[in-house]
Amino acid sequence: MNRIAHLFDTLKQKREKALIGFVTAGDPDMATSLAVCRDMCRSGLDLLELGIAFSDPTADGPVIQRSSQRALRQGMTPANVMEMVAALRRDIETPIVLFSYYNPIFAYGVKRFYGDAVNAGADGVLIVDLPPEESSEMTDQWPTPPRLSLIRLIAPTTPDERIRTIAARAEGFLYLVSKTGVTGSAGLQGDTVEENVHRLRQYTKLPVCVGFGISTVADVARIAKQADGVVIGSAFERIIEEAVSRQEESTLPMLLAAQTSAYKAATR
Amino acid sequence: MNATDSSMPSSALSQPDLRGHFGPYGGRYVGETLMPALLELETAFFHFRDDPAFQQELAALLKDYAGRPTPLYPAKRLSQMLGGAMIYLKREDLAHTGAHKINNTLGQGLLARYMGKTKLIAETGAGQHGVATATVAALLGMECRIFMGKEDIRRQAPNVQRMELLGAQVISVSSGTGTLKDAMNEAMRYWTEAVADTFYVIGSVAGPHPYPLMVREFQKIIGIEARAQMKAACGALPDLLIACVGGGSNAMGLFYPFLNDPVEMIGIEAGGHGVETGRHAATLSAGSVGVLHGSKSYVLQDPNGQIQEAHSVSAGLDYPGVGPEHAMLKDSGRVRYTSVTDTEAIEAFRTLCRTEGIIPAMESAHALAFAIQDAPRRPGNERIIVNLSGRGDKDLAIFTQFTATASSERKCAS
Repeated sequence: MNRIAHLFDTLKQKREKALIGFVTAGDPDMATSLAVCRDMCRSGLDLLELGIAFSDPTADGPVIQRSSQRALRQGMTPANVMEMVAALRRDIETPIVLFSYYNPIFAYGVKRFYGDAVNAGADGVLIVDLPPEESSEMTDQWPTPPRLSLIRLIAPTTPDERIRTIAARAEGFLYLVSKTGVTGSAGLQGDTVEENVHRLRQYTKLPVCVGFGISTVADVARIAKQADGVVIGSAFERIIEEAVSRQEESTLPMLLAAQTSAYKAATR
Repeated sequence: MNATDSSMPSSALSQPDLRGHFGPYGGRYVGETLMPALLELETAFFHFRDDPAFQQELAALLKDYAGRPTPLYPAKRLSQMLGGAMIYLKREDLAHTGAHKINNTLGQGLLARYMGKTKLIAETGAGQHGVATATVAALLGMECRIFMGKEDIRRQAPNVQRMELLGAQVISVSSGTGTLKDAMNEAMRYWTEAVADTFYVIGSVAGPHPYPLMVREFQKIIGIEARAQMKAACGALPDLLIACVGGGSNAMGLFYPFLNDPVEMIGIEAGGHGVETGRHAATLSAGSVGVLHGSKSYVLQDPNGQIQEAHSVSAGLDYPGVGPEHAMLKDSGRVRYTSVTDTEAIEAFRTLCRTEGIIPAMESAHALAFAIQDAPRRPGNERIIVNLSGRGDKDLAIFTQFTATASSERKCAS
């Protein structure tokens, strides 16, 4: 059984929900980022979404845009991210999903990307701008069944018929976008999320995880009642950004570990 | 090359395929939130394209509001000065708002209204597409927001004033390099949030399917008219078509109706400081295949797939991507793509002013610059159509600044 499936099985037995955290790899620098990821995983993060920075992140709000720019200024490349995954794998068993836009992966080569990601110890990949209509150009070059789960997104705008199609191809878990908008947008609407989780469950037996616009511990508790997992991204990146502006990068592993523990408590 | 030989894809006129692919290019590479909107738009476009009421209303607007057909003007003084082939200018600068952009914004604006959308958004580089969208929003009584890079707002102040006068809200985009690519990123982000009642009017044959197809269909009137006008004037087809290519909508509009004719076509990209310097916007000439703004095409990028900055004296060509249909036409060899530098475009700008009394858009000056180099090499019985995609009033400050800098550099050098 792969790490993602194993995670959700274990959590089910423990009657807990998954805490999923997104950080941009290499923000604010590779060494700090590595320490941050490791400490988050040791402080209760159930699944790590590791972002491969892209110059033109159209699905992201300003916080993640700026974090991508910081990582790119550090010279982060997909190859560096693979190194980070391999380094993390030496210490932790937490499932890792690589998160990116399609162009950096296309430039890397989709076959090479698969091989390197699997060898480094990644468990899945989520590509925000690669809908099911286009994804076969990538997965056709992968072995079947692949050892890398392609995580699919469902939006509040996705009609039922389309959910059926997407769910049929989904692997690992389904990622439900909480609201129409980009990452980090304010105004989480618990009722709408509840409705959409319910709608989605009619079409899949896979775990359903909810992300976009979730920032407080109360938000996490609210979403964890409905979904199998809660994804936090911009809220973590905001902490990184503030520490960078105070030039206190060295405090980041500790700060993010503490925030992770607080969120994790709300999923139990 | 011979346009009828076998290297031209026999199906060039029937592209894109059902999923919006032009050969290996095009497609829909967007977040899931936007996918349903693109599917809805595609259905609506195919429906209203064949709807007589829609077509009649659009045709009436193009004629009585936009001022179509635009003339095909034989530029005799310019041609005589150069010697060689006769140059004809397709006068899109005479269309309402001063550029070909109005053809597309009238089409998309009307489609938005037929679809029941109440708000329009657009991104703009030089401001011509922004002005055209703001114009159509005013005409149709719709709310309008225009996303424009901070740097372009500075470079194209008169067009910003025009958009605001027309009732649009101009939103300054300072992320990234503050140019057209960043304005497009921001417009896509905004659309992701406002997709329920908002129609995104994309200004070029770029973006996710169905935009490259839709914009071409709204712009092909340029080529349809030019073809008929040339036949009426000379009883024959032109020998060569020249158009500038940023995203590529004016070029696609001129080229498409001639694709099955034995007519040579050349797309002129912005060579900036020179393609060899790396400071240019010549995506097809010097880029590589990638995915940007929802479609696969040629892009300017580094080896890690990060999009690079484009450089051009013309804000309208300052874009690191290009329409996917152009990518297909480049690969097949049906259209040749090359570039001219900022300096050559500025010189052509001045030349047209002095010889014909026409101030061309800096974008169109790129196409002219190539025609000025090429016409003398051709026999006098050949006919070249240059698409004069817009007028240059907006570019006077750029022209003045560029020539002032160049002359002070000359003084320093001497």
